[in-house]
Amino acid sequence: MDLLAQLINTTLVFSTALILAALGGIFSERSGVVNIGLEGLMIVGAFSAAVFTYFSSEWGFGGGSPWFGLLMAVVCGVVFSLLHAVASITLKANQVIIGVVINILALGATIYLVKSLFDGQGQSENLTGIAFTKWNIPVLSDIPFIGEALFKAYPTTYICYVLVFLSWFVLYRTRFGLRLRAVGEHPGAADTVGISVTKYRYIGVMLSGAFAGLGGAAISLTTTYDFSHTTISGQGFIAIAAIIFGRWHPIGAAGAALFFGFAQALRFQAQLFEWSKAIPNEFLYMLPYVLTLLLLAFAAGKNRAPAAAGEPYDPGKR
Amino acid sequence: MQRLNQIFTKQSTYVPILAIILGLIVGAIVMWMGGFNPFEAYKAMLVKIFGTTYDFGEAIRQVTPLIFTGLSVAFAFRAGLFNIGAEGQFIMGMTAATWVGINTDLPWFIHLPLAVLAGGLAGAIWSGLAGWLKASRGINEVISTIMLNWIAYYFANFMVRVVMIEKGQNRSQDVLPSASASIDWLSALMDNARVHWGTVIALLCSGIFYYILWKTRQGYELRASGHNADAAFYAGINVKGSIVKAMMISGAFAGLGGAFEILGVFKSMAVMNAQPGYGFDGIAVSLLGGNNPFGIVFGAILFGFLSYGSQGMNFELEVPNEIIRIVIGSVIFFVASHGIVKWFLKPFFKKRREEKKGAA
Repeated sequence: MDLLAQLINTTLVFSTALILAALGGIFSERSGVVNIGLEGLMIVGAFSAAVFTYFSSEWGFGGGSPWFGLLMAVVCGVVFSLLHAVASITLKANQVIIGVVINILALGATIYLVKSLFDGQGQSENLTGIAFTKWNIPVLSDIPFIGEALFKAYPTTYICYVLVFLSWFVLYRTRFGLRLRAVGEHPGAADTVGISVTKYRYIGVMLSGAFAGLGGAAISLTTTYDFSHTTISGQGFIAIAAIIFGRWHPIGAAGAALFFGFAQALRFQAQLFEWSKAIPNEFLYMLPYVLTLLLLAFAAGKNRAPAAAGEPYDPGKR
Repeated sequence: MQRLNQIFTKQSTYVPILAIILGLIVGAIVMWMGGFNPFEAYKAMLVKIFGTTYDFGEAIRQVTPLIFTGLSVAFAFRAGLFNIGAEGQFIMGMTAATWVGINTDLPWFIHLPLAVLAGGLAGAIWSGLAGWLKASRGINEVISTIMLNWIAYYFANFMVRVVMIEKGQNRSQDVLPSASASIDWLSALMDNARVHWGTVIALLCSGIFYYILWKTRQGYELRASGHNADAAFYAGINVKGSIVKAMMISGAFAGLGGAFEILGVFKSMAVMNAQPGYGFDGIAVSLLGGNNPFGIVFGAILFGFLSYGSQGMNFELEVPNEIIRIVIGSVIFFVASHGIVKWFLKPFFKKRREEKKGAA
């Protein structure tokens, strides 16, 4: 029983960043901009969080420093995503190419900065003792099993679930969400009724920067405690998988990301057992990816992306 | 002369060249802001690439796998597929070639081709899997190849660490000399730079790439399916078959690249700490080269030379290597958003137009 609770708890930790990045991707893709650059935006977020948390604690921010780091991760993520927005919306560049560029530039620029800031070291200073610790929600965390599983988690996890709900609400229950989706499905029609395609797409891409930045921060502030070139290794792409798997729906994507986090947690927990020593490590590490692939192959139905995702909007072609 | 003039005024030519210049300027600005002298740095880079015959040979070695993975990504692109999995296919190629290189004892003229083919085949199978998943189960190839990358990565580490391990080392046993792809006489001329036949095969492959896509019926079908799958389907083309075929050929290129990286360069396979990155760089190369086989060769040369030369910048001036990623990222950015490049050129063209008006 205890073990199961731990398993759920670890699942939450591993899936937080994936869910956040996937939410960002959904906003961007729903507005009609494919964002392969989620990985890069997460890198920027993880970097800014690690660096700003470290320096703000040097400046005496105390317990506020990880929060400042988190804020800066969002800010830097948005700023970086503007590069994507300007190129793919205003300059009508190919969105996939720009996504790849974002990934290349993000890794290059952040490691360049890390080496410049920390005297040529490949990773930022360790944040143990400064970064987030797990919160025990009073009363709720005392409930047996459920408390252990759900209410002893990092603040980023709680934020993440609030945001899943908010994203669903915004996309499906507000005028803004309707317009954003309209722009991604049929920009021509949206434009005809006076909705600015450019404006909504900019907002969509910038939201993806904010969310992916948060996701990256969740990794460097709760899991790795520093930033190096391996901090983000593929999570952005897995988030894209979660989006497609969750059919561009916030709750669906969160479910898919949870599944992936669960597969990782399973591996993590299995390593604690004696019998798992007989299995070569590599196969345990492979597990999440194999499970995802199998699930996709045998459980997923037809995917349907937003109709206009991937195409720059050209009013002349209406 | 007129023809030459045409080539140089065509947008397809001046945009990449200008993009490269702009990219280098961005790199210079970043270095300048970081307190480095960009002129000194670029000089150190050029010296590192062209300074000695050894360095030049090694720079070519750096270019070779990028041609393979660039072709791999571009071939899939041409068929309307996004193969992020060149990385995994490259790794599978390395693994298969190493295994054949270690475990079979044959005369070199059989052993070497066999090891190379094993690499290509492993890559083809690995990407064929993604193609099959797409054709039969409708799984987006972007996701499946990402998953396959990681599976390949861990599988390869397992093979090296458990099956092919050299006792007491963190790498596989050495590949037998009969499977070596080195060009020994050229290597001797170049102070033991690790030049190998893979470079020649890579250039051949770019020719094959062109031939398949533009000179065969199959290639036409692949391109048609990539352009408009529905139209191709109604024209009687087997779109699903095309997907699998295109992915397999794409993976074969990447697998060959992996095979030569082992047989020509390292001669054994190390336990990896991270994915080697050639597949991801291949995406950049294919974008630089505009998915055109000959453009890709140039893209790979640019990318390979810059990243090799960056070691010189690092050694001489302690500029972090990553500066070159910034340069390359910016170059692709400018190529993709050629609107910016045209905007830079606008005053120039305006003047020319006015001159023309004046003449008329």
